[in-house]
Amino acid sequence: MSSAIAAQDIHKHFGPVPANAGASVSVQAGEIHAVVGENGAGKSTLMRILSGMYAPDEGSVQVNGRDVTGWSTREAIEAGVGMVHQHFMLVPTLTVAENVVLGHEPKKGIRLDRATAVQKVNEIAARSRLSVPAEKLVSELTVGEAQRVEIVKTLYRGARILILDEPTAVLSPPEVQDLWQVLRQLRADGGTIVVITHKLDEVMEISDRVTVMRQGRTVTTVNTRETSPAELARAMVGRDVALPARGGGGGGGVGDVALALRGVRVKKRDGTIALDGINLELRRGEILGIAGVEGNGQTELIEVIAGLLQVSGGDLKLFGQTLEGDARSRFDAGIAHVPEDRHYRGLLLEYTVEDNLILGLQHLFTNNGLLRRNAIHQNAVEKVKDFDIRPPRTEGTAGTLSGGNQQKIVIARELTREHSVLLAAQPTRGVDVGAIEAIHTRLRAERAAGKAVLLVSADLNEILALSDRIAVLFRGRIAATLSRDEADQERLGAYMTGAASVGSA
Amino acid sequence: MNPLSFLGQTLRIAVPYLFAASGGVIAERAGVVSLALEGFMLSGAFGAALGSYYSGNALVGILAGMSAGLLCGMLHAVATVRFRADQVVVGIAINLLVVGVTRFFLQLAFDSSSNSPRIPGLSTAGGGLGNPMIWLAVLCVAATGFLMRNTVLGLRMRAVGEHPQAAVSAGLSVGRLRYVAVALSGVLASLGGVYLALDQHQFTDQMTAGRGFIALAAVIFGRWEPVRAAIACLLFAAAETLQIQLQGAEILPTQFIQMIPYLLTLIGLAGLVGRSAPPAALGRPYEG
Amino acid sequence: MASPAHTSNWRGRVDETLLPVIIALLSALVIGDVLILSFGQSPADVYKLLIEGSWGNAWGFGQVLFKTTTLIFTGLAVALGLRAGVFNIGAESQLAAGGFMAALIGIMLPAATPALIAILICMLAAMIGGGAVGAVPGVLKARFGAHEVIVTIMMNFVVLALLNYIVATHLHEPETLRTPDVNAGQVWRLSDFWESFHGSAANGVLLIGVVLAALVWFFLFRTRAGFELRAVGLQPAAAEYGGIHVGRVWFTTLTLSGAIAGLGGINYVLGYKGYYEEGFAGGAGFLGIAVALVGRNHPMGVVLAALLFATLSQGGLAIHALVPKDIVDVLQAAVIIAMAVSVPEVRRLLRQRGGRA
Repeated sequence: MSSAIAAQDIHKHFGPVPANAGASVSVQAGEIHAVVGENGAGKSTLMRILSGMYAPDEGSVQVNGRDVTGWSTREAIEAGVGMVHQHFMLVPTLTVAENVVLGHEPKKGIRLDRATAVQKVNEIAARSRLSVPAEKLVSELTVGEAQRVEIVKTLYRGARILILDEPTAVLSPPEVQDLWQVLRQLRADGGTIVVITHKLDEVMEISDRVTVMRQGRTVTTVNTRETSPAELARAMVGRDVALPARGGGGGGGVGDVALALRGVRVKKRDGTIALDGINLELRRGEILGIAGVEGNGQTELIEVIAGLLQVSGGDLKLFGQTLEGDARSRFDAGIAHVPEDRHYRGLLLEYTVEDNLILGLQHLFTNNGLLRRNAIHQNAVEKVKDFDIRPPRTEGTAGTLSGGNQQKIVIARELTREHSVLLAAQPTRGVDVGAIEAIHTRLRAERAAGKAVLLVSADLNEILALSDRIAVLFRGRIAATLSRDEADQERLGAYMTGAASVGSA
Repeated sequence: MNPLSFLGQTLRIAVPYLFAASGGVIAERAGVVSLALEGFMLSGAFGAALGSYYSGNALVGILAGMSAGLLCGMLHAVATVRFRADQVVVGIAINLLVVGVTRFFLQLAFDSSSNSPRIPGLSTAGGGLGNPMIWLAVLCVAATGFLMRNTVLGLRMRAVGEHPQAAVSAGLSVGRLRYVAVALSGVLASLGGVYLALDQHQFTDQMTAGRGFIALAAVIFGRWEPVRAAIACLLFAAAETLQIQLQGAEILPTQFIQMIPYLLTLIGLAGLVGRSAPPAALGRPYEG
Repeated sequence: MASPAHTSNWRGRVDETLLPVIIALLSALVIGDVLILSFGQSPADVYKLLIEGSWGNAWGFGQVLFKTTTLIFTGLAVALGLRAGVFNIGAESQLAAGGFMAALIGIMLPAATPALIAILICMLAAMIGGGAVGAVPGVLKARFGAHEVIVTIMMNFVVLALLNYIVATHLHEPETLRTPDVNAGQVWRLSDFWESFHGSAANGVLLIGVVLAALVWFFLFRTRAGFELRAVGLQPAAAEYGGIHVGRVWFTTLTLSGAIAGLGGINYVLGYKGYYEEGFAGGAGFLGIAVALVGRNHPMGVVLAALLFATLSQGGLAIHALVPKDIVDVLQAAVIIAMAVSVPEVRRLLRQRGGRA
């Protein structure tokens, strides 16, 4: 067998951040090839380079033995490489058929030949057993249907090599099974398929070979039949295979219930259900870790507690008092919040370090409506020192600091806010190793001080290293709650991927 | 009141709106805000006056007017597409620019600060509705509808205005499609000005008098659909006709008739007459 | 690594702020030269005349100051909105509404009202007039998500038509399109204090404008409300996280922006004519956009930019002897386009250079 598509030693930087630093992959014709790795391992970047969306800084890309490094999406499409993105590339106001043919439309003169478009879509759908409603508007489709449209789109352009980025992230279990059927059918027809995922059960089920990535590099490529989820997990996570030191704490210092969620339901803006009856108790002096594949309701869980989303059912209580109102009132009630995306929520990059250190606290640094600049400055000087924020200039803008130091600003602000509960969402994402340690130490100190900490992290090691108890979120529900002693990578992984579940509660 | 003369006058008043709104629909559907329709129109009127005056031929005037509109459209496109400048700011600036440029060249060419000399217009044989530009406007609406709904180019422009990343992933060039859309909107809107100048047999300073904004109101009130926008144009024109024909009857003060297009649009925006959703990527420069 | 990083950051911000302005002014200069040459005149002569006619004598300078005054208000109105991430294109009608309300109250006040009290009452009326017009897009944006650009444009037409109707049918002096003279509320002219300004319209409202610019600066950078307003403009999601009600800030900002533009109406009504007349805004609202843009949304920059545009506009009258005064309109538009183009371009170039270094 020959290599259908291959990348050699790819390097790609976005600004100062390397997304790929020596990534290689070689996919043979006619196989289903899984690319796995943790979030931020550089999988998507590598695939976008293969499909012509990005040009690599270094390294080369070959398709069927031909060097195509730095090609465009159009060239990739012409060479038979199609990509199904995690965020669908479909125009909601156009019909399925129009979306499929966009860019390569059947024409009658200058007119779009709709009948032919519909007919071709139906032909492809029948041939590859993908049922899609050719004349419906894309905005009216279910997620599963939309994904099938994406696949039909690539097939319409004659794709023989199909790259799917996290294709199951948004699908229900029966839809996932349908997708596997489709992919197997495509393989049987001689197609080559690359699937990016971080769900190991999927890898085992669908792929012929697996490439594991970590921190922008390729770690290994193995035959699926000759490996195990545990071995893959080890490769994904890297040297820290031995689980990190226990968080300590255990049951000893745990106090009364600080935060209680009962039957909490949250709807997203588009009306779909993000949280579906969450019951959760968070006690003083404990760190409760929330594990789960991203997009299973973690964001909404944090935001509903922080007052950025409103419940559509159930209630939240803080020390027995029902929580209501907006973000300000939650802060005032004693909930500190390290948001998951510091650039989106946590910081104003064009504000100074000083001003960022009072975001959400501005009313405490105000006198008769006027900002107390001296107090703000004094506060910043202390925080910069205490939290070792570098460079130690309080008047520089936050945007010029490194990710780790930006995160320290957020942490410094939230930890010194008067609080009994700390929500820490992805507290070490995009942060360098030194800063990770410092942040972990702070979180442990919080627990020791009797605070109730809710930790959400996509990094299982972090969850395992810090938590006293671990709850697994799966499709907006708590799939299981385990004590630290019961939890390990494999068990958590099983709950995270829905492979195991504890009833429907 | 004679219903036929009412309809005829409504149509004549609507002509500039129909041209400009067609242009507005195209640009906005491709994702570029159309605040410069007024300027495009005025440039068309002036171009028509220049061309028609110096050649003595109204057809040359039409071509010159369209060229002026094309030029302004290209200026808009280069600034907003190539340089990703703020579309609102550029739109407003082009309106100011055209007012200034036409005044300047009015001085330079005709040595007047208010108007051009009399220029040849189009034949108006057949009483009022004989002007072929009236029927060109109707044709223009139909053609725009056809373009947006039935052609490959229209499909692509709609995709670019709605979800540019999807268009790129399909191998389309957002920039090129927006260039075409804005240039086309410049040309079409300029025809509205051409009509005014040829109809009045002269160019006068700021002769478009806010008609470009009425056309924009029609685009929004018509929810970015060519035919609906055209109906909105006719509706607004009918209100004006009513005002003219009922002069003296004082049913409604002039100023209130003038407000109708804008008030209706405001009510539409407040969601009181159905939800109006602009193209999703409207106004956002595409960071390729 | 730390120290060069932040010095270059500081320099980068200055570059990012001032470079576009320089580029814009230079390109306007080039375009101006071309137009002047096309009219067969010497650019040097024209520019000399422009300066002489504006800054060269007390009367001309007084006129510059008068025009500067209105532009300070409309420029501040637009700049304040942009700081909160909302684009107020409605300064034109807010200015008119403010002027109208000031005149209306000035007419209704008894002539014996003490001057200072009358002025204060009229100022309040002007702010209420402009603020009411600004509140409409505020409500529509906060409640229905309607885009403020479209709403403020539509409001311009509606409000101007409404004012015209009121003046034409209920409040005009016979044979004119203006209201009667106000009984009270007239603001002192500069010529009352300095004889050399005689005949120029420059008046005490200039002082109010400059004080207002200082107040807006203070509000933006020294008060909590200003802190929250700027946060909304930079990153609404982060502002929301910080406990700020984004919709409420949009509403109050648009209302305040309208009130500031409205207050500008007194420059003409109380400072100059003593009555309201149709069309007095004369594009000053739109020019406010240019002023805010060139002033980089900073109150200090707005004052300087207002002075620049007022100089151009007054100087335009002087150069009419050599070239059409409308050349100034072209230059103003060219400055706006050049600013709009160079702001994102300069930012991109600076980022690129910073990224490589």
